Amino acid sequence: MAGMMSMRKAYGEALVRLGRTRADVVALSADVSNSDYSYLFDQAFPDRFFNVGIAEQCLVDVAAGLAYCGKVPFANTFAFLFATRALEMVRSHLCYGGANVKLMAAYAGLSDSFDGPTHHAITDLAIMRSLPNMTVVVPGDPVAVDRLLPQVAAWEGPVYFRLNRNEVPLLFDESYAPVIGKAVTLREGQDVTLVCCGLMVSRALEAAAQLERQRVRARVLEVHTLKPIDEEAIVRAATETGALVTAEEHTIVGGLGSAVAEVISERAPVPLRRVGLRDRFAESGPYEALLEKYGLSVPSIVEAAQSAMAAKRR
Amino acid sequence: MPYHSPQLLTEIGRTAQTLRIEVLKMVYHAQSGHIGGAFSAAEIIAALYFHHLRLDPARPDWPERDRMLVSKGHCSALLYAALAVRGFFPIEELSSFRQLDSRLQGHPDRLKLPGVEMSAGPLGHGIAVGAGMALALRMASAKPSSQSAPSSRASAGRVYVLLGDGEINAGIVWEGAMTAAKYRLGNMTAILDYNGIQQTGATADVLPTEPILDKWEAFGWHVQEIHGHNVGDILGALDRADEVHARPSMIVARTTKGKGVGFMEYDHRWHGMPPNTEQFERAMTELQEGLTQWQA
Repeated sequence: MAGMMSMRKAYGEALVRLGRTRADVVALSADVSNSDYSYLFDQAFPDRFFNVGIAEQCLVDVAAGLAYCGKVPFANTFAFLFATRALEMVRSHLCYGGANVKLMAAYAGLSDSFDGPTHHAITDLAIMRSLPNMTVVVPGDPVAVDRLLPQVAAWEGPVYFRLNRNEVPLLFDESYAPVIGKAVTLREGQDVTLVCCGLMVSRALEAAAQLERQRVRARVLEVHTLKPIDEEAIVRAATETGALVTAEEHTIVGGLGSAVAEVISERAPVPLRRVGLRDRFAESGPYEALLEKYGLSVPSIVEAAQSAMAAKRR
Repeated sequence: MPYHSPQLLTEIGRTAQTLRIEVLKMVYHAQSGHIGGAFSAAEIIAALYFHHLRLDPARPDWPERDRMLVSKGHCSALLYAALAVRGFFPIEELSSFRQLDSRLQGHPDRLKLPGVEMSAGPLGHGIAVGAGMALALRMASAKPSSQSAPSSRASAGRVYVLLGDGEINAGIVWEGAMTAAKYRLGNMTAILDYNGIQQTGATADVLPTEPILDKWEAFGWHVQEIHGHNVGDILGALDRADEVHARPSMIVARTTKGKGVGFMEYDHRWHGMPPNTEQFERAMTELQEGLTQWQA
């Protein structure tokens, strides 16, 4: 592993680069720009940055108005606020009305760990994924943020882009070329597939390395786009490896695990185990410790893989 | 203030009454829809769509058009009638209101029907969405500074928002109002259809909104109060609002819910109730009589 890097800083810098190449990109904030690093865009393009105050519903509505007049607004606030407080605005204008707004969902998962369950976003993927016309993208590391952000801007229609607050493992190098809607096979394997997104990609890769020592060849499939989901890659993984594990920084209700279950239950039923929060809120604490306590850990993935493979053999 | 000829006032008054007749037919035919708040806004909508707004029915996506947001989306029948009579789509299509395969959804759908600028229905969105539009239009205009513009009318299109008075119960209205004031959106005019009645009763009982003029002034808006069924008042206030710089403009239009049909006026039950055949015929007779008054 090549070390750690701040995802929010990488995001802020990528947003500035995007602003240089696209004059139609504007950014909005609900007064947390020094948290999510969108302040870098404000510094670079003050005439294209709007802080509407601590008013997330207004944030989304103003962004929708800008989009209706041809801008490509990047709205910035915490993930849970988009998914819960501003949800009706997201549904009515972005998903139903077709406003081409990009939701930059900061501090997702448990990454705002010390602020506690009020600030954690553990149901946002389920909520966003359920909305017609919404696209849901979860970058796996800072390089992925940089590679995916221009695609988000070019994508026609609303996008929910889920960002981590913290320093996260740097996984990818220059050769990483993700495409929205296409899953990425990060490691080949025939015995089981670890389907993962976001921070859990690094943990799935570690789990795969541990499994290898037990002579288990685990495939690692990064599904950075939860919607539209790459059905073919998932069906192929189910058919070729016969057992799946999903790993996500989210509850097991409605997120990646559910999305994968929906695909395979109709097209290629195989044993599936879901790693994620077990339908409950977490608590305040250090990020790493929270992830371990609530089952978002390498051992959890390894155990789930063994369980799925055992079910396959029955 | 520009002079509005008696002929113009008569023409718009007659158009408003024509729109009421179309609304009544649509809601009766569909046996679904909202009459009361459509009738209270008929003169406002007629003044906007048939005189004040810069728009071209042949080019609904003309970049320099004014943006008219009907935030009280439940008065969709009135909006559809205005768009059809104005030439955005065939008048015959009004009979498909709220039916399967129609472009005339229960509440306006901007992706389905030309002339609809914002999908609406859930109340409260017009001010905040309008503020976003006004920001974008100001960026697009050749005169980005609200200070230097001799008239914001000279720039790109303006933004107009029609709100209901019950609608302003919603917090998002006031979030949007603060943002519009912060960014000094002089290219934005809102009209409040202040008919005093919402779904279950008087606004004063449901959630008191007075002192309404002070509220908007305190939020940083330029405020006018008018008689919302007086076409001359409406046109004059719209003109005045166009000349306000560096502040968004609010026109509080005192109106009557159900205006034009005696047994519907001031009665909250006609917020969302369709008429039966006997009621339809009585209402139609009264509206037709009202129309002849304009033709006198």
